[in-house]
Amino acid sequence: MTAFVSLSGVTKTFRGRAGDVTALSDVDLTVTAGEFVTLIGPSGCGKSTLLRVVADLTAPTAGTVTVNGKTARQARLDQDYGIAFQQAGLMDWRTVVRNVELPLELRGWDRRRRRERALELLELVGLPDFAGARPAELSGGMQQRVAIARALATGPKLLLMDEPFGALDEMTRERLQAELARIARESGATVVFVTHSIPEAVYLSDRVVVMSPRPGRVAAVVAVALGERTDDTREAPEFFAKVTEVREALRGRAPVERR
Amino acid sequence: MTGVAAEPAAVTVVEGGPPPVHRGRSALGRAGWFVASVLVVCVLWEAYKVVGSPDGGSLFGARVLPRADDASMPHVWEVLRRFGRPESAATDSSSVAVAVLEAVWFTFRVAMAGLVLGVLVGIGLGMLMDRFALAERGLLPYVVLSQTVPLVALAPLVVGWGGRVHIGSMTWRPWMSVAVIAAYLAFFPVAVGVLRGLRSPSAHSVELMRSFSASWWQTFRRLRLPASVPYLIPALRLAAASAVVGAIVAEISTGIRGGIGRLVIEYSREATSDPAKVWTAFLGAALLGLVVAGLVALLDAGLARYRPAS
Repeated sequence: MTAFVSLSGVTKTFRGRAGDVTALSDVDLTVTAGEFVTLIGPSGCGKSTLLRVVADLTAPTAGTVTVNGKTARQARLDQDYGIAFQQAGLMDWRTVVRNVELPLELRGWDRRRRRERALELLELVGLPDFAGARPAELSGGMQQRVAIARALATGPKLLLMDEPFGALDEMTRERLQAELARIARESGATVVFVTHSIPEAVYLSDRVVVMSPRPGRVAAVVAVALGERTDDTREAPEFFAKVTEVREALRGRAPVERR
Repeated sequence: MTGVAAEPAAVTVVEGGPPPVHRGRSALGRAGWFVASVLVVCVLWEAYKVVGSPDGGSLFGARVLPRADDASMPHVWEVLRRFGRPESAATDSSSVAVAVLEAVWFTFRVAMAGLVLGVLVGIGLGMLMDRFALAERGLLPYVVLSQTVPLVALAPLVVGWGGRVHIGSMTWRPWMSVAVIAAYLAFFPVAVGVLRGLRSPSAHSVELMRSFSASWWQTFRRLRLPASVPYLIPALRLAAASAVVGAIVAEISTGIRGGIGRLVIEYSREATSDPAKVWTAFLGAALLGLVVAGLVALLDAGLARYRPAS
């Protein structure tokens, strides 16, 4: 197994009026190719910052980040990753399909090829009939599917997701989780996922990285081996066992191995 | 000067525009409402003439109500009839309607030249201030300050400078001074609107573009510019109205012939002997405002898809 993302000694300090705030303190983390890793922890534990460091949207104060064997910056310039945020962030003035085409357009794909690819992706996220719709006509869940399709547009080997389902209702959320698990499996992409939700983390991940705040650091790593995810996974005893394990780790009394 | 003062008001009638609720209403329906509102103004005008005192109303020695006599407030039909009669006693004189329309056309072109120049300068300044924090800190106070300089003080200066400008074989024409003054008023709302608009995209949208490794120009064209349209349209409405006011005031204070501003001055000199005549010039100025406002409304309709969904 090769490391796709590796962070070592990553520290991030924000300068604030009330003094410096350490968002991340000496974080080491390795994500192997094809792995689904979730970062979980209370607000302020630096999980989003960690994701943004990997995405080169913010630079670490200290430490090194390697993505796909390159620096994080080079990986961003090569568009080695696709990213989705809690807000779908679709452009209101573009149709759904044109939103998905955006990264391809920026890469200079010709009109016909990118339209073809975008329609393929809309099919993948279950929205083939909404290509010509405006984002405002879509529900929150549908908008988030479009955002995922857009993140997948260039066929990245790494998918970064910052609470993409955070604003959705529970039913929509579970449906999209199942679809994301399927998409990740089919595409073989490496995924780094940030969430607040323990069941979401356990359902989706191969490994759950539990973080603790002030300063943000990795408190525990819980390996989850539940095989292929189905609707029954959520009701399996092993699933609940893992949920409990993550919850305990979050509370700080962790009888789990430290990585 | 009354014509100038009446100008923004005439623009506002249309500029206020239909509120969102009315958006679905047909163009025909809106035209109907406009005609109705004009009729109401005419009826109020005539009604005041019936009840108002010929000497106007005074409060503590200051006149607060206009004189209602025929010399100050000619009948609506007198004004309309005046359009059809010759402009002067000269035998080859054209009708007032032709003279007013010619003047409106002249000022329209000058105001448009000023508007285009002002919009270009405004967009340029807005982009500059958006890109460089230093430019914003250094320029914005002057941009704001520029609008506090009285136009009547500025106009003769611009004409004076213009006389000394020679760019190649092009000589400076007086109408260019008027256009520059119109632009001077028009650029301000555009600069401020563009600055706000370019900054309107959320941090997430900007980061998304960054994650696509989009260049500054790509981010500008595909995100910042379209996102600023909802800010640009109101700015354009203000700029268009300002350009018209600027052109008319500049014509008056620089004494340039051919425009509606000049016509207001010329006709008002005959106000005692021919009271209806000056009102034809006022209506011409109002027409100019309506046409310019209409053009901005057309542009707004053309850019409808950039409006935030309600």
